[in-house]
Amino acid sequence: MRNPLSDVITQIQPSGIRKFFDLVAEMDDAISLGVGEPDFDTPWHIREEGIYSLEKGRTFYTSNSGLMPLRTAIADYVREKHGISYDAAHEVMVTVGGSEAIDIAMRVMLNPGDEVLIPQPSYVSYLPCTVLAGGVPVIIELEEKDEFRLTPEKLLEKLTDKTKILVLPFPNNPTGAIMERDDLEKIAKIIEEHDLFVLSDEIYGELSYKGEHHSIIELSGMRERTVYINGFSKAYAMTGWRLGYACAPRVILEQMLKVHQYAIMCAPTTSQYAAVEAIRNGAQDVAMMRESYDQRRKYLVSRLREMGMDCFEPFGAFYVFPSIKRFGMSSNEFAERLLKQEKVAVVPGTAFGDSGEGFLRISYAYSLKDLKKALERIERFVRSLKGE
Amino acid sequence: MVMREKILTIIEKNSRLTAKEIAALLGEDEAKVAKEIEALEDERIICGYHTLINWDKTGEEKVDALIEVKVTPQRGMGFDNIAERLYQYDEVNAVYLMSGSFDFTVFIQGRTMREVANFVASKLSPMESVLSTSTHFVLKKYKDHGTVIEQTKTDERMKVTP
Repeated sequence: MRNPLSDVITQIQPSGIRKFFDLVAEMDDAISLGVGEPDFDTPWHIREEGIYSLEKGRTFYTSNSGLMPLRTAIADYVREKHGISYDAAHEVMVTVGGSEAIDIAMRVMLNPGDEVLIPQPSYVSYLPCTVLAGGVPVIIELEEKDEFRLTPEKLLEKLTDKTKILVLPFPNNPTGAIMERDDLEKIAKIIEEHDLFVLSDEIYGELSYKGEHHSIIELSGMRERTVYINGFSKAYAMTGWRLGYACAPRVILEQMLKVHQYAIMCAPTTSQYAAVEAIRNGAQDVAMMRESYDQRRKYLVSRLREMGMDCFEPFGAFYVFPSIKRFGMSSNEFAERLLKQEKVAVVPGTAFGDSGEGFLRISYAYSLKDLKKALERIERFVRSLKGE
Repeated sequence: MVMREKILTIIEKNSRLTAKEIAALLGEDEAKVAKEIEALEDERIICGYHTLINWDKTGEEKVDALIEVKVTPQRGMGFDNIAERLYQYDEVNAVYLMSGSFDFTVFIQGRTMREVANFVASKLSPMESVLSTSTHFVLKKYKDHGTVIEQTKTDERMKVTP
């Protein structure tokens, strides 16, 4: 029997997180600080709306691009947050998480050989989606000295005449880095000059702790070349509902819709009804969660620095990315030893790209109580290393 | 002052956090926070630090009752005075002046239903100004002071996710 698999898929590495996940799963008393989803339950009024829609028997397909009231609400939201208008009828679509939006955007925009600039460390799926779509991933290695922001120099360094798309994942998983308005302005010029397209993954947009979060679409010349991706997972604690959205110029969105139509049909109906409630009436919940994350963020950074870990202050998402370079071991080694010795799981930075070497991702999507417990153990471990 | 309200919100649900920890949560200076907490205590904005205990899980017998009290306030014996006479008793955990069909809600805790009933009959009802009482016994507490009593929330998320 011949090989059933395509060449492309065997090329793609399994997620670095998977290996670590398996290690952690073996120990049942490990405290994990390795999650990438909120610790909050979806606010009750949003769950109620979902439940109600089921009671009412709303269990059929919706239109491919999603319920019109939801698309309208999304367009209103983007207009309110960023001052940019998208036509709910032709420029907004509801997807199965931000994940699907990333995937289909790449699929409709890449020709074989087109290069995609991917800043790392960043979320694990940009590279595989690029490869699966026939594109060539080109990694931009961000650095701690720049607070892991994308600088114009770093962008120019990797730009070639084959570059088609720039992925902009900010606020960032795993570094917690944000791009402030002037950071975006500096690279917008380059993007326009070189006629690039932007895939802006703003799933952590609401979890920004230094003033308002800005999107590249706010800058002149950017809206027409950007696929704006966002969703409900992180802001409204709706990870399991699988609901995201994309806003883009009609010419791109129409094609994304084509793929979505054939591969998915429509995003889950129940989730869509719940999402309307979330986006229309969930602002207070988001603010409450953001305040809570912000407090934990400050607490975590101060505790880590106190125990002798170098840590730049992250202003987005719910991750801290401390450096462990001073301990003279690799991220993987540190994480494994910490797990074995103190039963605390953190994710090695390398799971998010080679430029994550020497760093750890510590999530603060946990109650203060759990954070305190884990930090005590990490401190013991760090002290034991210093004692050696 | 915004910091005051933030401190209060944090400390309301968790009175065992130290000033150092609260300062870390707010990104503030520890001494400043400690001073603010002291001021809040002096001003009786923070009136006490209590612990929420589920006595049903211990050997101690405790019964809670909610009593609706109708009074007839008079000159020299207004609501405030009546309330003071009510809350002097150790058995009385709470006294609230209410709108609606009765005047005071009084929460009483005793060791048995009989003990509570005796208290109402011998101390509360005969009080001058008290017109009538209506006693309701708490059978089960689901949520108290913002905390759900029975269930411990387990973290059901997968341990590591990207």
